[in-house]
Amino acid sequence: MFEGLDALLLARAQFAFTVSFHFIFPSFSIGLASYLAVLEGMWLWTGRERYLDLFRFWLKIFAIAFAMGVVSGIVMSYQFGTNWSVFSDRAGPVIGPLMAYEVLTAFFLEAGFLGVMLFGMERVGRKLHFAATLMVALGTFISAFWILSVNSWMHTPTGFEMGANGQFLPGDSWLEIIFNPSFPYRLVHTGIAAYLTTALVVGGVGAWHLLKDRTNKQARTMFSMAMGMVVVVAPIQIFAGDMHGLNTLEHQPAKVMAMEGHFESHPGGAPLILFGVPDSEEETVHYAVEIPKLSSLILKHDLDAPLAGLDTIPRDERPPVEVVFWSFRIMVGLGFAMLGLGLWSLLARVKGRLFEWSWLHRAAVLMGPAGFVAVIAGWFTTEVGRQPYTIYGLLRTEDSASPLAAPALGASLTAFVLIYFAVFGVGVWYILRLMSATPHSHEPAMQRGDQGPIRTAGITPGPAQQDLPAETSDTPPMEEERD
Amino acid sequence: MAVSVDLTVIWAFIIAFAVFAYVVMDGFDLGIGILFPSIEVGVERDRAMNAIAPVWDGNETWLVLGGGGLFAAFPLAYAVLLPATYPLIIAMLLGLVFRGVAFEFRWRDPRHRPFWDWAFFGGSLVAAMSQGMTLGAMLQGITVVDRSYAGSWFDWLTPYTLLTGAGTVAGYALLGACWLVWKTSGKCQLHAYRMARYACGITVALMGAVSLYNVFLRPEYESRWLSAPEIYYAWPVPIITVFLAAWLWRSLWRGREVLPFWLGISLFAMGMVGLGLTIWPNVVPPSLTIWDAAAPARSQIFMLVGVAITMPLILAYTFWAYWVFRGKVGDEGYH
Ligand code: HDD
Ligand code: HEM
Ligand code: HEM
Repeated sequence: MFEGLDALLLARAQFAFTVSFHFIFPSFSIGLASYLAVLEGMWLWTGRERYLDLFRFWLKIFAIAFAMGVVSGIVMSYQFGTNWSVFSDRAGPVIGPLMAYEVLTAFFLEAGFLGVMLFGMERVGRKLHFAATLMVALGTFISAFWILSVNSWMHTPTGFEMGANGQFLPGDSWLEIIFNPSFPYRLVHTGIAAYLTTALVVGGVGAWHLLKDRTNKQARTMFSMAMGMVVVVAPIQIFAGDMHGLNTLEHQPAKVMAMEGHFESHPGGAPLILFGVPDSEEETVHYAVEIPKLSSLILKHDLDAPLAGLDTIPRDERPPVEVVFWSFRIMVGLGFAMLGLGLWSLLARVKGRLFEWSWLHRAAVLMGPAGFVAVIAGWFTTEVGRQPYTIYGLLRTEDSASPLAAPALGASLTAFVLIYFAVFGVGVWYILRLMSATPHSHEPAMQRGDQGPIRTAGITPGPAQQDLPAETSDTPPMEEERD
Repeated sequence: MAVSVDLTVIWAFIIAFAVFAYVVMDGFDLGIGILFPSIEVGVERDRAMNAIAPVWDGNETWLVLGGGGLFAAFPLAYAVLLPATYPLIIAMLLGLVFRGVAFEFRWRDPRHRPFWDWAFFGGSLVAAMSQGMTLGAMLQGITVVDRSYAGSWFDWLTPYTLLTGAGTVAGYALLGACWLVWKTSGKCQLHAYRMARYACGITVALMGAVSLYNVFLRPEYESRWLSAPEIYYAWPVPIITVFLAAWLWRSLWRGREVLPFWLGISLFAMGMVGLGLTIWPNVVPPSLTIWDAAAPARSQIFMLVGVAITMPLILAYTFWAYWVFRGKVGDEGYH
């Protein structure tokens, strides 16, 4: 069935599929872990029950997202060897240690404190529990640090020597490898992306409940916190993206040419192509809508600066323009839409209508999943844009693959697709169900016990279970909230 | 060169330790998965699940350290082993997906709980079987030409690998049952004792079979186990193993609660020592030694610093996490 297909193509499809699926979960759990830490901190600080309710509401969702992040991540740590064994052999001495550091400093930290964070509130007391939550949040961030360093090194390799056996060997300074030129930009941009994604989800859920009941206190707090985050972070993200683009122009000009759709060089100032249909066969962008000279202004800060195009790059070293062009526009478009939402919420806040303006709430619900789309689009821009290389300029993708035959890869790809969609689809469904359960006072905790860890009722949002009495709250209530 | 030789040996021991930690820690929670269908639906199953819910993620992280550590310290071994055992690795990963999500999903959706319980069982079984078979495939030897795998697609499927797979499944079930003996009480514990005895018998039988098979698997293994002078330091291993197995058996009949688990772990430790004696100094028998596959000294030193600093911390907080959830499951006033 798969004989006709190219093993390399299948290996790439499989890697792209599993990693894209994986990244959906971290981009949410990194942000959510921090949000949970903030909520618990606010609860300890102010003593307001509302924050504990929100903490418990989101903790159950976090548990599911995190579990899916873990299992899809374990797959990733083996995909390097299964799909890219030549790459693994050759790059292992440089990137292997960074990934080992990720395990040692991040994965153990997350996993070690996760159990306490989920089930340990009554066992360790509030302060230690808060410490556990902080450790989990810190772990997710450290994890992003290392894996993005690895990834960035593959884009902008520095600090290595070539060994006689074809291996990339570390040079004198590991710092040069870790802090390679594109890493700071990628870390900032991806880190903010995770916070933005989470803020949009939290905001969407808050808005959803406000649409049902404007007076719901928990929903108000969620929505207000999330929109505040969006309005601050969205502009920073756009700025960071711009800086990242300039960095890319310096190190991977072909990628920027593909993002911009510049097939031709423009000696006297390049236009910004807003939309169009790129065609790499004919080397042109059909139906282009463009603004003259703007691209030179953005990339070179000079209207008349010359910009080289893909015609300066040999054909077999060009990335696939179509994918990069479109995915880049999706990301940037969504970035501006997020900014718009943030500004709208700011206006509403100033006018005192943050909780009343139902069109704003509808827009926030609509934008709830936008972060995920932008994140995946961003990664497609980055990864497809560096083709045909896995280690930029040095190791081509076709030379990285494992000696596997198409039928084996085809069969496993099929299994991954079927199982991921089924299993993670169900998981996402459970998450959506938890999200749609109205948040209320005395939110039941996650527990492990005879009735099951998470436990107690209130999991299934059946109406009968929503107004659980306070008996399920196992932490002694702190002073009642007044406002 | 002298420096890097020593480092390579240290790294071989670190990886062996990570694999061992993985095998015993995820071993007992995979084992509970394997025993799951035998456990009564309802409170008993919930308890069995709760006995591992707070720790399974940490346990599984040792697998990432084993794999990631191999990638980092012995990249060539990683690059050869994974393509050679490709279908097993994929099966293991997918098995882990099913059982990992079952921890959360079964509580989320009582109507489909029976389905997730089966997923928990099936995933655990497939993962354990594939791990055992991968080990077998490695022991029986992997063809390497020019730094990459050069065998055929089904080299990993032989009677021997099926035997090592079955042995691993039984061994994990033994650890799982012993863990339940420790963590539960009443009916649940009685059931666990019974399962532990079955699993103990089967594990010991399969361990014996694998060991015998092993000796005749490759000529160099035979000389290692059956000729002097190697024989003098090799033979204490099976003797101690037999002794431990008998002690375990006795402790299960005598109703000891904590001891069986530790004896189960020491059985695995002996298995590991035997394995090391068999293949040393190869990492991928028959042709790749640890020095052939090792990363350069700079990579090894850099990581060793990391291990030296973080490993004590990791062990400390892992111990703490277990300590927090000490005692019998369901003892306390959880509801
Ligand atoms: C920017 C962040 C980021 C990126 C680009 C990746 N991951 Fe990831 N990964 C995380 C952020 C993360 C995380 C936040 O740390 C996760 C998500 C949920 C979780 O449990 O931890 C995680 C989990 C996770 C796990 C399970 C850890 C455990 O057992 O607790 C593994 C083995 C990996 N990842 C491996 C990878 C590999 C090999 C990647 C590259 C191909 C990768 N991740 C991309
Ligand atoms: C989590 C976010 C990520 C996403 C969504 C992502 C996405 C992709 C996509 C879509 C491809 C296929 C490109 C193509 O074949 O045209 C790819 C390739 C690749 N990526 Fe990433 N990637 C991510 C992170 C990483 C990281 C962190 C690493 C390294 C540690 C990495 C390493 C690779 C490698 C080795 C390839 C193989 C080359 C190829 O398939 O063409 N990726 N990725
Ligand atoms: C609207 C302004 C934005 C600009 C100008 C921008 C710019 C860029 C550029 C140039 C890249 C490619 C970097 C490379 O060369 O590898 C990139 C990648 C990426 N973008 Fe954006 N971006 C914007 C908005 C967003 C938003 C809103 C998100 C998510 C919420 C996002 C998430 C990502 C991610 C995850 C990547 C891949 C990782 C990386 O290389 O940093 N971006 N972005």
